[in-house]
Amino acid sequence: MHGNLTRVVVIGATSAIAEHCARLWVGKGAVELTLVGRDLAKTERVAADLRVRSPQSVVLVQHLADFTDVTAVADFVARLTADRPVHKVLIAHGSLPDQLECEQELSSMAEALRINGVSPVAFAEAFALAMEKSQFGTLALIGSVAGDRGRKSNYVYGAAKGLVTRYAEGLQHRFARSPVKVVLIKPGPTETPMTATMRESGKGGSMARVEDVAATIVRGVDRGSPVIYAPAKWALIMFVIRNLPRFVFNKMDI
Amino acid sequence: MAMVAVSSWGRLSREDHEVRALSELPDVPSLIQASRLPGLVYGMGRSYGDVCLNPGGTLWRTAGLDRFISFDTDNGRLVCEAGVLLRDIQQLAMPHGWALPVTPGTQIVTVGGAIANDVHGKNHHVMGSFGDNVLGLRLIRTNGEMLDCGPDLQAPWFAATVGGLGLTGVIVQAELQLRRVHGPWLSTETLPYSGVDEFCQLADASEADWEYTVSWIDCMSKGGRGIFMRANHADAGQLPAPKGKPRTMPMVPPVSLVNRLSLKPFNALYFHMNRMKAGRGLDYYQSFFYPLDNLLEWNRMYGPKGFFQYQSVVPRAVGKDAIKEMLDVISRSGQGSFLAVLKTFGDRHAPGMMSFPQQGLTLALDFPNRGDSTGRLLMRLDEVVREAGGRIYPAKDARMPRQLFVAGYPRLSEFLAYRDPGISSALSRRLIGS
Repeated sequence: MHGNLTRVVVIGATSAIAEHCARLWVGKGAVELTLVGRDLAKTERVAADLRVRSPQSVVLVQHLADFTDVTAVADFVARLTADRPVHKVLIAHGSLPDQLECEQELSSMAEALRINGVSPVAFAEAFALAMEKSQFGTLALIGSVAGDRGRKSNYVYGAAKGLVTRYAEGLQHRFARSPVKVVLIKPGPTETPMTATMRESGKGGSMARVEDVAATIVRGVDRGSPVIYAPAKWALIMFVIRNLPRFVFNKMDI
Repeated sequence: MAMVAVSSWGRLSREDHEVRALSELPDVPSLIQASRLPGLVYGMGRSYGDVCLNPGGTLWRTAGLDRFISFDTDNGRLVCEAGVLLRDIQQLAMPHGWALPVTPGTQIVTVGGAIANDVHGKNHHVMGSFGDNVLGLRLIRTNGEMLDCGPDLQAPWFAATVGGLGLTGVIVQAELQLRRVHGPWLSTETLPYSGVDEFCQLADASEADWEYTVSWIDCMSKGGRGIFMRANHADAGQLPAPKGKPRTMPMVPPVSLVNRLSLKPFNALYFHMNRMKAGRGLDYYQSFFYPLDNLLEWNRMYGPKGFFQYQSVVPRAVGKDAIKEMLDVISRSGQGSFLAVLKTFGDRHAPGMMSFPQQGLTLALDFPNRGDSTGRLLMRLDEVVREAGGRIYPAKDARMPRQLFVAGYPRLSEFLAYRDPGISSALSRRLIGS
């Protein structure tokens, strides 16, 4: 139906980073954008905004109630990709868990691992299947700098994002000889509603502006860069953090 | 809950606030009710003084309430959330041949802030103030009540909220009437002038044929030389937008860069550079309306102590003498202002009970904070404003005396009936007592 337009799918479209990426994509010209969200009303508000910004684009909304139900995810993606291939997918959903609660309530921990780890890679695997068939497309996953090395203040979230990291590496290996590109994005701390409690409790330090992070992501996804740190300075910071000897690292209060 | 240090644009204070982000419209009432009261809305923090501060209390940040809801390109009606920036509206609307009818000197402000301070531009005599072009707005009160109002709907609530300094409730959404433009270009004319009398002649002579009029005045010069600029929207065809990224003031210098030594040469240089450019030209809307947005965080140049803005309006009948006297007071004080702007307000009925614009001459000045000596200078300026029957702009104020506020805003007691008891600012406590 919208045959000539670039087809972009955003999973977790109400996340602030995803929403700003979508604004940049529609700002570059007409696209067909499918927003997938857990909260239909929120997703519709994001869609209405994008339609105002780009009347020439086609903005569609898809509701999926449970992102952790992997069978539902597989069916959903199969239906979405059945008639036409997708050019770009951004898998952006996540939820910052309370580390202390995860330590005390293991069901909270399991839930955090499912929504931040298992769910994004289930989406990725489902889209990988479709892209393998169509032999084109860019599959972008939002990981986190928290996935680069576990630390006491958020290792449950870090473990889930670490899962995404390893998974993306494997997928990149699998598609190394194919035109399909896999992009792993690792945002640093960003000013979003997800980090609001960090900011309110004064742990935020200097956070990046979500507009800037989104610009870095969109540039990297459009190029098909394998790993994007956003902002770029986090590549250097995490290189140092990853390589700190354990006896030094374990003394740090981070 | 831990606190975050927040400053306003004048950087005069840096005090702790409990900051809460509003980002989803339907969640606003419950989030407000769950907050420690009194609270206050904070948009982009471009107000110079304390109208956007609530030290020790809650600030509701609206930066995340930045979605467009609808835009009708046939009639120019735009509905958006209150945290949308004027910049985003201009960028959205210009390609469709629409623009904001009224815009202040920076576009990095929110719609909610523009309404709450009923901001004005360089075309007051034609388009009035920002509130004149608001068709409706949605207010959330701290008791959870939702209230829609406009010029013909709950009109007293609308009149209280436009220019109401954020004190009547949380503005979450608005409908704006945009105006037709040919495109993003303006045809301009720059005219050097000498003295307030000549300024007034130019302003009067330009009123009929020019939509935008403004002037920069050199308050370090004898008699007040200046640069008068006037402009109209122009049809420049498909000229490409000028390139160039804004720069950022990289750090806070240890002392104000605007000081006794720098000011005279600064002003002389600025005057002569612009005198060379005198005549007609074509200007892109961003450089005409928002020259300062090209230097991000320019407020840092006043150093660690920050700066005061002082904008007053004095009635036309006594305006010339009052402006001359203010310039005289400034030059005698030895302190001066770099971003001194003199312009006129037309004869229009203000949309808000507490709107600042009234017919007359308005002078905006900036002074680096030099403690008591700056305070004494501003008090002498207050005297001139009071005697002339003028008023001071609360959006820029951090220190006006309460009596001057009360004298300048005769509808204050009427306005107070519409206040939200759960909302308070440093300014409201200073000038209203709560």
